[in-house]
Amino acid sequence: MNDISNIFDTMEYGPAPEDSKDVRAWLKAQKSGFGHFIGGAFTKPEKGATFAVATPADGEKLADVALGTAKDVDEAVAAAGKALKKWQALSCNQRARHLYALARHVQKHSRFLAVLETLDNGKTIRETRDIDIPLVARHFYHHAGWAELRDRSFPGYEAAGVCGQIIPWNFPLLMLSWKVAPALAAGCTVVLKSAEHTPLTAIAFAEICAEAGLPAGVFNLINGDAEAGSAIAGHPDITKLAFTGSTEVGRILRRQTAGSGKKLSLELGGKSPFIVFENADLDAAVEGVVDAIWFNQGEVCCAGSRALVQEGIADRFHEKLKARMEKLRVGDPLDKSMDMGAVVAPVQVEQITAKVQAGVAEGAEMWQPSWAGKFASANEGCFYPPTLFTHVSPASSLAQEEVFGPVLASMTFRTPGEAVQLANNSRYGLAASIWSQNLDEAFDTARKVKSGVVWINSTNLFDAAAGFGGYKESGYGREGGREGMMEYLVPAWQKKAKALPESEALLAPTPAPGGEGGGLDRTVKLYIGGKQARPDSGYSYPVTGKGGKHLAEVGLGNRKDIRNAVEAAHKASGWSGMTGHARAQVLYFLAENLELRAREFAERLGEAGASSHAAKREVEASVSRIMFYAAWADKYDGAVRAPASRMLSLALNEPWDVMGISCPDEAPLLAFISLVMPAISMGNRVVVTPSPTQPLAACDLYQVLDTSDVPGGVINIVTGDRDTLADTMAKHDDIAALWYFGGAKGTEMAERESAGNLKPVWANNGKARDWHDTEQGEGEEFLFRATRIKTIWTPFGV
Amino acid sequence: MSGKQAAAETAAKPATGSQLISLAAAHKRNSGTPFRPELFEAMSVNLSATERRVSTLTTRRTVKKEWQAAWLVRAIECIDLTTLAGDDTPGRVERLCAKARHPLRADLVKALGLEGRRLTPGAVCVYPEMVAPAVKALEGSGVPVASVATGFPAGLTPMRDRLAEIRYAVEQGADEIDIVISRRHVLTGNWMALYDEIREMREACGEAHMKAILATGELKTLSNVYKASMVSMMAGADFVKTSTGMEGVNATLPVSLVMVRSVRDFLEATGNVCGFKPAGGIRTAKDAIAWLILMKEELGNPWLKPDLFRFGASSLLGDIERQIEHHVTGRYSSADRHGIA
Repeated sequence: MNDISNIFDTMEYGPAPEDSKDVRAWLKAQKSGFGHFIGGAFTKPEKGATFAVATPADGEKLADVALGTAKDVDEAVAAAGKALKKWQALSCNQRARHLYALARHVQKHSRFLAVLETLDNGKTIRETRDIDIPLVARHFYHHAGWAELRDRSFPGYEAAGVCGQIIPWNFPLLMLSWKVAPALAAGCTVVLKSAEHTPLTAIAFAEICAEAGLPAGVFNLINGDAEAGSAIAGHPDITKLAFTGSTEVGRILRRQTAGSGKKLSLELGGKSPFIVFENADLDAAVEGVVDAIWFNQGEVCCAGSRALVQEGIADRFHEKLKARMEKLRVGDPLDKSMDMGAVVAPVQVEQITAKVQAGVAEGAEMWQPSWAGKFASANEGCFYPPTLFTHVSPASSLAQEEVFGPVLASMTFRTPGEAVQLANNSRYGLAASIWSQNLDEAFDTARKVKSGVVWINSTNLFDAAAGFGGYKESGYGREGGREGMMEYLVPAWQKKAKALPESEALLAPTPAPGGEGGGLDRTVKLYIGGKQARPDSGYSYPVTGKGGKHLAEVGLGNRKDIRNAVEAAHKASGWSGMTGHARAQVLYFLAENLELRAREFAERLGEAGASSHAAKREVEASVSRIMFYAAWADKYDGAVRAPASRMLSLALNEPWDVMGISCPDEAPLLAFISLVMPAISMGNRVVVTPSPTQPLAACDLYQVLDTSDVPGGVINIVTGDRDTLADTMAKHDDIAALWYFGGAKGTEMAERESAGNLKPVWANNGKARDWHDTEQGEGEEFLFRATRIKTIWTPFGV
Repeated sequence: MSGKQAAAETAAKPATGSQLISLAAAHKRNSGTPFRPELFEAMSVNLSATERRVSTLTTRRTVKKEWQAAWLVRAIECIDLTTLAGDDTPGRVERLCAKARHPLRADLVKALGLEGRRLTPGAVCVYPEMVAPAVKALEGSGVPVASVATGFPAGLTPMRDRLAEIRYAVEQGADEIDIVISRRHVLTGNWMALYDEIREMREACGEAHMKAILATGELKTLSNVYKASMVSMMAGADFVKTSTGMEGVNATLPVSLVMVRSVRDFLEATGNVCGFKPAGGIRTAKDAIAWLILMKEELGNPWLKPDLFRFGASSLLGDIERQIEHHVTGRYSSADRHGIA
């Protein structure tokens, strides 16, 4: 009974469907299916295998789409490669015009794209209309600006080349824009693979590229599944790979691309904490939960899926939350009055169901709104009701594993310290949401939470100017802002870098006859926690200098020494908490003390084989380099952005905490200094392996470090075989980042083994670097790599 | 009389959110409670989150076609048709009352299938001197007469006079009294004084229902609005109302959201049901729908009826009439096709 009299009594909402006829006409016009977009034209889908795309709301088939093969990827990469030269030859302004045109055309087709996205993905029309598509346009506008400013803003850098980009199904067009816009702005060309569940808006975007006059081959699209993705990741002509998706696939891609020289950025899973303090505006926080975990059906990598609620208000908060959940509306995604639409595919509903059942089996208390039963039958479409778990224990699967559905796991805490402890009790570190009317408490927590994005009294806010990306196993690299542009740029000098010869592994020697008695024996130990330590192995190896002269025995470090060094580095956390100024004072003192002993160090380098001029020059350069990073210590401090009115977004450069560094054989003192100083100036503590063949200059630093007030544990030096030790460091889950400067094989190994905890690896790919050259040996690139950016969003107002 | 001496029923057992509806369905008049500062003192309202919620209220919910028409008719039922001007005359008030008897053209009522239902606004709202003509003009219509009082709009006349004004309006036959609170008590944090003052006003109202006008545009912060609203309800207000219509900023959705949430918190904490009246600046049918969505989402359907929800508005009805005619005829309507008040 829909007569007005009846509605007047019941005051229900009634249906409010968005018209989809234009989109359906577009789909219908492609009865033969959609092809790939390669070199500015669509391929004919009839030529190969296709897959069917359905709308998750009711399973209706929308289209057939060509299934990409390795051959299709080859063609697309060739097209992108062909277009690259011309695209790079354009001026910054000309590229900016193209990006601006893309933004305008996206806006022009905004409702079409919103409806298509809703049909394809199942998310509500409210979200595609008000959030996804406006953010897509915003991303292209913002990056039209970066295209314009590239040369001025990034001197010494050039485009990374042909980019492979693999995007997920949860924000199909938005993730496309996050990948494509910075790539094109940087001067790269693109081969993008859309997600198998949701290929349609990418196809529409390809049409828009053609309509907007983007040169052929600059943007290429492959539809398909993991096979096409793998072909992209493995393609030798792709120099940059960007991926958003699951942590598991991220690991596979890391291993697959190890040693290939590809730049890699990964935006992976999360189990983001949503922290509610007792003085929060509780109703505001409840609404925050709606935006956190019931946004996009909870299919959000940065969803606040782990509520941490202060114990005293937990009952009240949960009651309010339940009352709010009763009011949520789930159903037809095209209906303008829905809070949640359909989950993307039946397989996802099954996964959510399984994880919810596991949560129940583990003893957590499940609650769903009274109307949840209407989705019990899967025949009705891929719907899943909002679900709340309370009494969740930190060890349970619900607290640790990503559900990727509308399921909130709630736990309680007692103190701010415990909130941080629980928040960080996760492999992931993508985002955090903090609710407190006390900004002291909120900021303190924001600084201590290990995540790439922090929203204070807000959640799931995005802007093209603010970097987005994770800590820990949530991946690395940022999307958006200046930091996002860096992912698509490489130092221009690198293309001329020469390959280094592979070095041979060190072997522990057996005692050999023929020693020269008489001199004072010199056996160099390791330096761990501010103390010299014997190597755990009990072995040393000989270091020889000019003409094969035996110089000293040096400790042969092994995995246990690395373990001890990492522990010592973790204990030295005070270093990261010091001000930049305080760290600068230590570095200046270090420079002073090194200069005092300059002659001695030069002699040491001379013994190792350097000419006296070169040795003197290397020591002088080392002193200067220390001063260079002392200077930076209190200046490389981030950025303030204002993505909305009454909103501060702070991009903070935070240290990795504990880093591993493998030094090269070139310039044994200067390279050591050039790598260690930027790392510690930014607040990191390091475990460093000096040049295996010429470690003595670094070992002589032990005393200099001691006399320069460098706190024990900030620099830990383990001598020994570079690749053996790098292997241990790459596999160490308590090392957050690794710099590897050695051979090509070692790069491959370090990158491959880093997949365990997904630490970013900065490696030289077996290429030489002129450490004396200030363009190559020092600069912002080092500082950028020595930090990870945390973006803190703080709305304010009275 | 101090707050502690105030005769108030013991607070009911705190209600949970899901029980709100059943409580409201058969509610008694709010009797007030003792002064309980713990219910509001620590409250700090987050402005940005409040704005974010209201900015998505009407993007998350909409009503179309028959639903929109039905909702607009419901909005008419919730309007306090108001004239509060220095040039009000008995004749002007009679005209307003005549409109109250027939707020919607008969042919439109019929086209909507609502003939046979009594369709009137929530009340007619006037100054105390205009109560008598209004009562006379509305005789037998069932439409209550509301009067502003207590030195409306500033509320800075002597307390003795403000109370006398309430009694006068009640004697003249007013069924409802819209009082103004002393903003100075809010701005100086003198919550006890505010409580005592409203408590006395409530006593003066007797059987007449009391709406407490917070003049939110002068309280400035949302936390002040929340606290003043809670104190008013503790002191026995039947409704909390945003504005006199004379402040620089009148009813806004953020302020309304905060007050509506205070109504909910008060109900949860005490079991007492209060109503809400946004007033001033609500002129369009679209505004009315937005407020109805707010009430339905944050409180529930019982707050979509005139016993718990009113609009204070003078020009809103005209726009609703035009929108309803558009629904019936498919043609955009003009104001001169509908009888003015």
